[in-house]
Amino acid sequence: MAAQPTLAVFKFASCDGCQLSLLDAEDELLPVAGAVDIAYFLEARTQTSEGPYDVGLVEGSVTTAHDAERIQEIRRQCKFLVTIGACATSGGIQALRNWANVDDFIHQVYATPDYINTLKTSTAIADHVPVDFELRGCPINKNQLVDLIKSLLLGRTPRVPQYSVCVDCKRQGTVCVAVAQGVACLGPVTQAGCGVICPAYNRECFGCFGPKEQPNLVSLTDWYHDHGADRDHLVRLVRNFNGYAPEFRDASDRLVAQEFETP
Amino acid sequence: MTTPRTFEVKALTRVEGEGRLYVRMNGNDVEHVEFNIYEPPRFFESFLRGREIREVPDITARICGICPVAYQMSACHALEKALGIEVTPEIRTLRRLLYCGEWIESHALHIHLLHAPDFLGYESGISMAADHREVVERGLRLKKIGNELLEVLGGRAIHPINVTVGGFYRAPRVADLRAMIPDLEWGLQAAIDTAQFVAGLEFPDFEQDYEFVSLRHPDEFPMNHGHVVTSSGLDIPVEEYEQHFEERHEPQSTALHSVLLPDARPYLVGPLARVNLCYDQLPPLARKSADQCGIAWPSKNMFQSIVARAIETVAAYEEALRIVNDYHAEPSVSRVEYTPQAGEGCHATEAPRGLIYHRYRIGDDGLIAEAKITPPTSQNQGQIEDDLRQFVPGVLEYDDAEATRRCEHLIRNYDPCISCATHFLKLTIDRGPATSPA
Repeated sequence: MAAQPTLAVFKFASCDGCQLSLLDAEDELLPVAGAVDIAYFLEARTQTSEGPYDVGLVEGSVTTAHDAERIQEIRRQCKFLVTIGACATSGGIQALRNWANVDDFIHQVYATPDYINTLKTSTAIADHVPVDFELRGCPINKNQLVDLIKSLLLGRTPRVPQYSVCVDCKRQGTVCVAVAQGVACLGPVTQAGCGVICPAYNRECFGCFGPKEQPNLVSLTDWYHDHGADRDHLVRLVRNFNGYAPEFRDASDRLVAQEFETP
Repeated sequence: MTTPRTFEVKALTRVEGEGRLYVRMNGNDVEHVEFNIYEPPRFFESFLRGREIREVPDITARICGICPVAYQMSACHALEKALGIEVTPEIRTLRRLLYCGEWIESHALHIHLLHAPDFLGYESGISMAADHREVVERGLRLKKIGNELLEVLGGRAIHPINVTVGGFYRAPRVADLRAMIPDLEWGLQAAIDTAQFVAGLEFPDFEQDYEFVSLRHPDEFPMNHGHVVTSSGLDIPVEEYEQHFEERHEPQSTALHSVLLPDARPYLVGPLARVNLCYDQLPPLARKSADQCGIAWPSKNMFQSIVARAIETVAAYEEALRIVNDYHAEPSVSRVEYTPQAGEGCHATEAPRGLIYHRYRIGDDGLIAEAKITPPTSQNQGQIEDDLRQFVPGVLEYDDAEATRRCEHLIRNYDPCISCATHFLKLTIDRGPATSPA
C-alpha cells in the first residue's frame, strides 16, 4: 500500500476558526484522518512528523518578522500550499492596522509597549510566498474544506465558485436586501461560498468571502452613495475582514480620497 | 552542586491558539515558570475605535473561532446598556439558547478531542478513536448538535451572522428549531452518559486553595446575566468589576495578569468555578449528574474541570431542550431598535472558558470611542502559573518527556483559549542560566 498523503496545518495571526472547521466537519473527521496522515496539526494532536508535507493548510496573516521567515520555510516544506480564510488570503481584520499608526495601537492596548514586537502591517500569505490554492471566507466553509481534501486525494484540481453572492441568492430565491430594504450590501462584489446566509437572515452581505472575480466596486459604491449611503459608512463596510484584498482596498481608498475632494 | 533542570514545551498542543510552557528548576525548587503566549497581537480594542455600534458583534466574534458567541453576547449587552435599551424576554431566551449551542460545541470539543486523551494516554482524540471509537463518535455528535443549534439561530457555527445589538436580525423559524428536538433529546442522554464516563477517569491528587470567580444569577445557571461572585464571598454588580479586578504587571516577569484586589491574588474562572459557585442553580438533570459523579462539590481539584465541563454540557442540553420545547411562535419583535448616541456600558457573560468582560464608550458621533475586552484565559493565566509552581515538584521523579506531558495536561485543565488572550502577550523570556551551555 502506498504511503498516505501527509497533511499539515499551520497557524499565523488568526482566531483559529478556519482550522477549527476541520474539527467541525464532525461526520468527515475520522474518515479524513483515516485517508490522510495528519502529520502536523497542533490544535488537534500532540504527535507531529517532520516535513516535507504533501499538502499544507495555512491559516492566519503575517504580522511579525518571525512569521515572515516561518512562512518561507513552510513553503519549502509543502508541495501544495493552500491558504484557508480571510486572514491568510487578504490579511484579515487585523489588516485594519495597515491604515493606522501601529505605535498608537500598541499604546492603546498594552501597558508595557516595549514588549510588543510586531510589524506595521498584516499581510496575506501570497504577499510572501507563492500559494497554490486559496479557500476564502471568514470563516471558510467546512464543506469547501472537505471537498478540497477529497479533490487533492483524487488528484483533481479543487473547484470553488468565483461568481458573486448575488448568483446564489437568486438561486435560493432570497429577497434582495439591497433592493427591498435599501441597505448597502456587498453581495454583488463578494465571492459566493458562504451559502448566502446574511440576506437569508435579513441583513446585508459584509464581504466575508472577499472580492469575486472582476468585481466592479466603483460602480457599486457610487450607486450606493448616489442613493443616500454615507461615504464613511461605505468605507467601513468595505474595510472589514477582507479590507486589504486589492479590489476592496482600492475601493475604500478611492472613497476616502473622494471624501477629501468633495466637502 | 545541583544542575538546573528545565522543561520546555515550545508549542503547546491541543489548545486553541499558540503558546509555550517554560519551567526552570534548581534542585527541587521551582525557580521560574512561564505559560507563555506567543500569538501575535491583533489590536481589536484599537481598531474598534471609530466603528459603528452594529459592527461590534461582527468584529469581536473574530477574536475567537471557538467562542465567538461569548464575544458577541458580552458586546451586545454592554452596548445595550450604553444605549439604555432593554431586550424583550423572548430575545433574552433566544440568546440563552444561542449560548447553550456554544457551550455544547466548545465543551464537547474540549472533553473528547483535547482533554480526555490526557487521561487515557493518547496523543489526540484521533488516536483515541482507535480504541474508544464509541466515545469519540458520541463526542463528535454531541458537538455537531451544538453547532447545528448555532447554525439555526446564528446562521453559521463559527462567527454567527444573526447576532446584533438589540437582538437578532431574524428570529429562528419555529419549524427549524423544533426539528432539533429529537437530536437535543439524544444529546441530553448522551451528555449524561459522558458525564458518567469522565467521572470515572483517574484524577491526579492536586487540590489547591483556589479563588473561584463566576457570575451568579438568582434564577438560573449563569450565562448571559448575573452578579460577579467569588468563593471568598465577594458579590458585586458587573459595573464594579474594574474596581475589584485589575490587570497587573508582575515585576519579576513580563506578564500581565488579571488579579483580584486588594491582595492581588490570582483567581480561576471557567466551568469548575461556575459549578462550585452555582451548584444550586444547575437544572435538575445536570444537578443529578453532579450528585452522582462521586465528587463532593465544591471541588478544589482542577483536574476535575473535565467533569464540571461535562455537567455543564448536560445543563446546556437541558436548557436548550426546555427552550426549544417552549418555542411555539416567532416573537413579534426580533430586535429592539435604537438610535446611536453617546454613552458607556459594561457587561460580563460566561464564555465556555469563563467570565468575559467588555466595556464600551460610544462617542457623540455614535461611533465606538473606546473598547475594553477582558477574556477568560488572561484571567486564568496567573492561576495556571501558580498551579505549575505547585505541581512541578511532584513530577520531578519522571523523565523530562513524562513530566512535560503531565504539565501540559495541567494547562489543558483550563481549556486555554490563547488566541483570545493575545493582548496579554509577553515576549521577553528570562531563560537564566538554564539556557547557557553547561
